[in-house]
Amino acid sequence: MGFTITYLSLIILIPLLALFLHAAGVGWQEWKALLCSPRVLAATKLTFGLSAAAAAVNVVFGMLVTWVLVRYSFPGKSLLDSMVDLPFALPTAVAGITLTTIYGKTGWVGSRLAGTAQWVQDTWHPSGWCGELIDSWTRFGAAFSPLGIFIALTFIGFPFVVRTLQPVMEDLGHDIEEAAATLGAGRWTVFWRVILPLLVPALITGFTLAFARAIGEYGSVMFIAASQPMKTETLPLLIVFKLEQFKYSDAAVLAASMLTVSFILLLIINLLQRRLDWQNR
Amino acid sequence: MAHLQATTESKPVRALLITAALIVLSLFLLLPLFAVFAEALRRGWEVFYASLTEDAALSAIKLTLLAAGVAVPLNTLFGVSAAWLVTKYRFKGRAVLISLIDLPFAVSPVIAGLVWVMIFGAQGWLPSAKLAAWLAPLATLATQAAANESFGGLFEGLAAWLANPKIVFATPAIIIATTFVTFPFVARELIPLMESQGNDQEEAAVTLGAGGWQIFRRVTLPNIKWGLLYGVLLCNARAMGEFGAVSVVSGHIRGLTNTLPLHIEVLFNEYQSSAAFACSTLLALLALATLALKGLLERLSGMRES
Repeated sequence: MGFTITYLSLIILIPLLALFLHAAGVGWQEWKALLCSPRVLAATKLTFGLSAAAAAVNVVFGMLVTWVLVRYSFPGKSLLDSMVDLPFALPTAVAGITLTTIYGKTGWVGSRLAGTAQWVQDTWHPSGWCGELIDSWTRFGAAFSPLGIFIALTFIGFPFVVRTLQPVMEDLGHDIEEAAATLGAGRWTVFWRVILPLLVPALITGFTLAFARAIGEYGSVMFIAASQPMKTETLPLLIVFKLEQFKYSDAAVLAASMLTVSFILLLIINLLQRRLDWQNR
Repeated sequence: MAHLQATTESKPVRALLITAALIVLSLFLLLPLFAVFAEALRRGWEVFYASLTEDAALSAIKLTLLAAGVAVPLNTLFGVSAAWLVTKYRFKGRAVLISLIDLPFAVSPVIAGLVWVMIFGAQGWLPSAKLAAWLAPLATLATQAAANESFGGLFEGLAAWLANPKIVFATPAIIIATTFVTFPFVARELIPLMESQGNDQEEAAVTLGAGGWQIFRRVTLPNIKWGLLYGVLLCNARAMGEFGAVSVVSGHIRGLTNTLPLHIEVLFNEYQSSAAFACSTLLALLALATLALKGLLERLSGMRES
């Protein structure tokens, strides 16, 4: 008991407390000014927007992959099942340099994207922010653009939806589907009206887990984003930038604000998971 | 057959869904994995071998092993004792304790590094100078021990560090930051497992006259061994691969404070792509080994991660 509490306090609680105290030492006015500065606002928008988009795509991908893994049998299935966890096991630095290489201009996927973007540019001559984006794609592929960050965030968040959904889908009895079928429902109706509603809590939990992971992600994003202020700078990148400029107070304020959001997300996840356990029982 | 048709999809739909899932998985997960090895070997085996055996790479590997070698046992010890505490006893604040254990999962790696800079950095609570003053008596003691002819050699490193105790931008912070981010893994695996097993067997052991340690070793440990191994495995994978937290506290001193992931970053930023990918293969192999062992453990214990 003593050891557990002491160790927990030393490794987790005191350091987090130190951060909050440091941030609290900064005046309220400065805190507000920092959080409302254009650069922080841009980073916040980018981080939360792309994290939500990546988590949403993972809900769709995760649905598809889980469905196939749970419902069908095909050769190589158990291998694929274990590969789902690859983004958990692969260190983020490795994921970062690999994704940057694949999706960069000379990479396998990036070169095709750059070619397509070039064609779009030559055909339609887009202007404004859309033109800027297309232009960046022709020059760097998906690297150094929000698209690259989105790809990295989708990659690292991929296992969350599958692993939350899988047990729920496995426990789903065939009886309700059979009942629906005897009542004359087609497959699509059964999926849409019977199965999907039962999966919604798991999907929301998976989304939140992937989202929470994505907003804090640093390793993979750092490489693919190349951290251009206002354009491809996420909050974790901005915190590191402030730290490298020795602006400790700014870094502490940003970190404390981010932590508050993360804790709220953790609370939501815990509540969702409790509901899920209850449903599974 | 009729009921099967009613509750499954037609053959073409099934084939379509399986193909779509395979495309997603292979383009999204397998392609990057394949790329690591392809890029690493692009300039031949010699370059590959040379990039793994140069001094900076070797010292990075050593530091990574050291950090994991401290963080994993510490967190394993904590994980077992925390899981024991929250599953075998009922006390006030138990639910709070369980959620506190999960806390590091919610913290961005960058922040996990930042908190240590806030404590031990130049503007923190315990900067190097203050720490040196605190540790001065110990430093004198260590210096005296180091002067001893027979066993002095053992204390030389310790004495030198105590005289000038650097934590941030040095090895200690790397170890501490790694411990922070890998903190929950073992406890997290054990708590649900031990909760589901209940106290019956332990209580039976008590009535038969077993002592506390004996109960743990002969009753509890055999019951939780697969779960424990599973937690240690995940903890180790994260410890060796951690990037963000370590990057913030390391100061990137080549050959001194670079772990393997940080070494990869340096190489990649210096456009030594082949060397960066060569070092990445080590971590990718670690990831593959982790996944393979994880699958094996899941089969052995019949449990499933939720």
